[in-house]
Amino acid sequence: MTTAFAGVLFILSLIVALAVAYRYLGDYVFKVVSGTRHSAVERGLYKVMGVNPAAEQSWGTYARSLLAFSAVSMLALYGFLRLQDHLLTTPQFAAGINERVFAHLAWNTAVSFVTNTNWQAYSGEATMTHFVQAAGLAVQNFVSAAVGIAVAITLVRGFARSRTDKLGNFWVDLTRITLRLLLPLSAIAAVLLIAGGVVQNFSDGTVVSTLTGGQQHLTGGLVASQEAIKELGTNGGGFYNVNSAHPFENPASWTNWLEIFLLLCLPIAMPRVFGRMIGDNRQGYAIVAVMATLALASVALTNVFELNASGTVPSAVGAALEGKEIRFGVSNSATFAAATTLTSTGAVNSFHDSYTALGGMMPMVNMMLGEVAPGGVGAGLYGMLVIAVLTVFIAGLMVGRTPEYLGKKIGAREIKFASLYFLVTPVLVLSGTAAALATGNWSTQANAGPHGFSEVLYAFTSAANNNGSAFAGLTVNTPWWDTALGLAMFLGRFLPIILVLRLAGSLARQKPVPVSAGTLPTHRPLFIGMVVGVVLILVALTFLPALALGPLAEGL
Amino acid sequence: MRIPSWISQHGAAVRAVLVFTVITGLLYPAVILGIAQLPGLSDKAGGSIVEANGQPVGSSLIGQSFLDAQGNPVKKYFQSRPSATYEFEYNTDGTAASNLGPESIEGNEALLTTVCARSKAVGELEGVDGARPYCTKGGVGAVLRVFYSEGLKGKVQRAVSVNELCPATPFLAAHEGVTVECAQPGGDYAGGVLVPVRGDAAESPAVPADAVTASGSGLDPHISVAYAKLQAPRVARERGLPLDRVLKLVGAHTTARFLGFMGEPAVSVLELNLALDRE
Repeated sequence: MTTAFAGVLFILSLIVALAVAYRYLGDYVFKVVSGTRHSAVERGLYKVMGVNPAAEQSWGTYARSLLAFSAVSMLALYGFLRLQDHLLTTPQFAAGINERVFAHLAWNTAVSFVTNTNWQAYSGEATMTHFVQAAGLAVQNFVSAAVGIAVAITLVRGFARSRTDKLGNFWVDLTRITLRLLLPLSAIAAVLLIAGGVVQNFSDGTVVSTLTGGQQHLTGGLVASQEAIKELGTNGGGFYNVNSAHPFENPASWTNWLEIFLLLCLPIAMPRVFGRMIGDNRQGYAIVAVMATLALASVALTNVFELNASGTVPSAVGAALEGKEIRFGVSNSATFAAATTLTSTGAVNSFHDSYTALGGMMPMVNMMLGEVAPGGVGAGLYGMLVIAVLTVFIAGLMVGRTPEYLGKKIGAREIKFASLYFLVTPVLVLSGTAAALATGNWSTQANAGPHGFSEVLYAFTSAANNNGSAFAGLTVNTPWWDTALGLAMFLGRFLPIILVLRLAGSLARQKPVPVSAGTLPTHRPLFIGMVVGVVLILVALTFLPALALGPLAEGL
Repeated sequence: MRIPSWISQHGAAVRAVLVFTVITGLLYPAVILGIAQLPGLSDKAGGSIVEANGQPVGSSLIGQSFLDAQGNPVKKYFQSRPSATYEFEYNTDGTAASNLGPESIEGNEALLTTVCARSKAVGELEGVDGARPYCTKGGVGAVLRVFYSEGLKGKVQRAVSVNELCPATPFLAAHEGVTVECAQPGGDYAGGVLVPVRGDAAESPAVPADAVTASGSGLDPHISVAYAKLQAPRVARERGLPLDRVLKLVGAHTTARFLGFMGEPAVSVLELNLALDRE
């Protein structure tokens, strides 16, 4: 079997598995978020938290609860990081490693994990204790994912409900999604990963004498439990510096398949939840069709560029193998790279910085799409629904009708929130990149010329879109970079969330408009094609000039 | 006194963070840790440690360096891929990739020269031609800085082989009729246009791709089947074993694609070397 054919089968098998997940995982998530009965454990937790699960919230209260929770999360994680050498540290760590988490790194890391970005300006094995990884960082892997899903569900409630200002209860959504969805799935995935060879222990590791008489420290840690939620919650923050390229995080070709499946399954299943909640599964199919079209095109292109191995060094080597592992090979690495940036995961199993120029551009383009194909858990669905709102508005302008989507009028208010939503990340990406260049903060790059520019552009694209992957040649653990990227992650997460909740509030208040002959059907191929077109045109208009200075200049 | 709701919400937020820290940060990893103690899982959860003569010598999942203290290959062992970890190769406490791009072609630290130098060294070790496209015979990147009369176009006025420091003899005598110079140490050639020169090396070099590139983790436990086959004659010679026997062991320690289509065939270097030591 040729490498290319095996790579195609790898992608096809993922598609089949994801189609199953769409149907069954989607129905399960629907049950989780729409059920009204609380288990005894949940009732106990609500009592401890001091919240009334029966009290539904308006968009404003929901947003304030979410922001309060995120603010406390950030403070707690910041505290953990700054105090980690006093918390259950191991003697080996305290003695052997003197790297400290400075204030700017702690700020950056706290924001990074709370915003579901998981940008890492540190090296996991050298900087974080087992305790902080598990009780600090991995906790945010769970709850930041739950927050994303909760926001998406709230927006869908805005479409599904009418003449109300009640949009659900943040604490209930957070609890149910974490306990009923993320925890059990993570536990299953963690055990599978251990069976594949991912480590799960609380030791300092083992020092061995190698065959040639050298010493090697085989590191330990609670890796499997963290790895599972890292992919499932589209987080991406690796236990180790080299993330899912590390054999202890991703030991085999089938664990690689599993990790790609895990990071795609929830974002792909979310449109099913949307279809079920609004009582029209065809709308869910339409949204997932848009996601799948864009995703397939991107995966295929990334594979083609990487297998072609153009560029001076790949031509000299004969394959784009720098920064890639033998057990995965070029094709499965390219598929992982596309999947991790099409979602908001940002885990890597190979190093994008060493990709061919155009192969390395694809992850950037994926993130610039706004991570909607299929995007982060929750974030992908709400991002795509905002683009669907923009699309019906543009279509309405073309035929001179009042635009409506799912029985809700898209008026001036709605389109204002949707447009502002779309503008947030490009503004952050482009102004951040400009600021780095203007202040001379790119002298730290190891690659000169267009590739150096790509590294800076990639960093801000990744941070503002809450992805977390990197062209890792850039030195980013400096006060300037930690602060700037921290701000990009913070604003890139919470401004869109506030706008989405505001939009949900505005939609829920409306009374539904009946379907008429003038209503644009939003489940037909025509609409699917239009949404794809809107995504591509908006992104091309926004980012082509920047891409021309980086990867296009290098690759063409 | 009634607490205003915007403060009580923060109370809920503090309690919620505590609750989820206990559940997802302590209970969940502890439960998984407990499951990891089950037979069949415990060895893997502990790091898949392999032993020789009762002593742990490594992990079947983590690559090792088979260089001696001077940094030269130990000839009786199959060699791992190059590694870009911090400080020294296969450093598990500082995993890293090179992060050098496809056009990192100028200078001693550039990826191209690293690749060319590795190819030359592996070729010499295994007794095959280490030539590659875009590499000089001397094992550096074959790259010129070409100065044109009108900046980016016009007549060639000067050509410098940037990876060959004087007094080296440039790999190319002349470029478009202009004599190629060696590069002065510390010389500034930024005004010239970078021109990599393909040369006449074969499209598929004798030294495989994985022998000249660093992996993503820097801990890749595998090499390609092609690289193992290239090394087999040397290992057989050093150990006085028949080549057939060594190739059979290579086959026994090759992992095929999972289900026939996942990943690439891979030879586990540490396990192969351990098997050779047991012969």
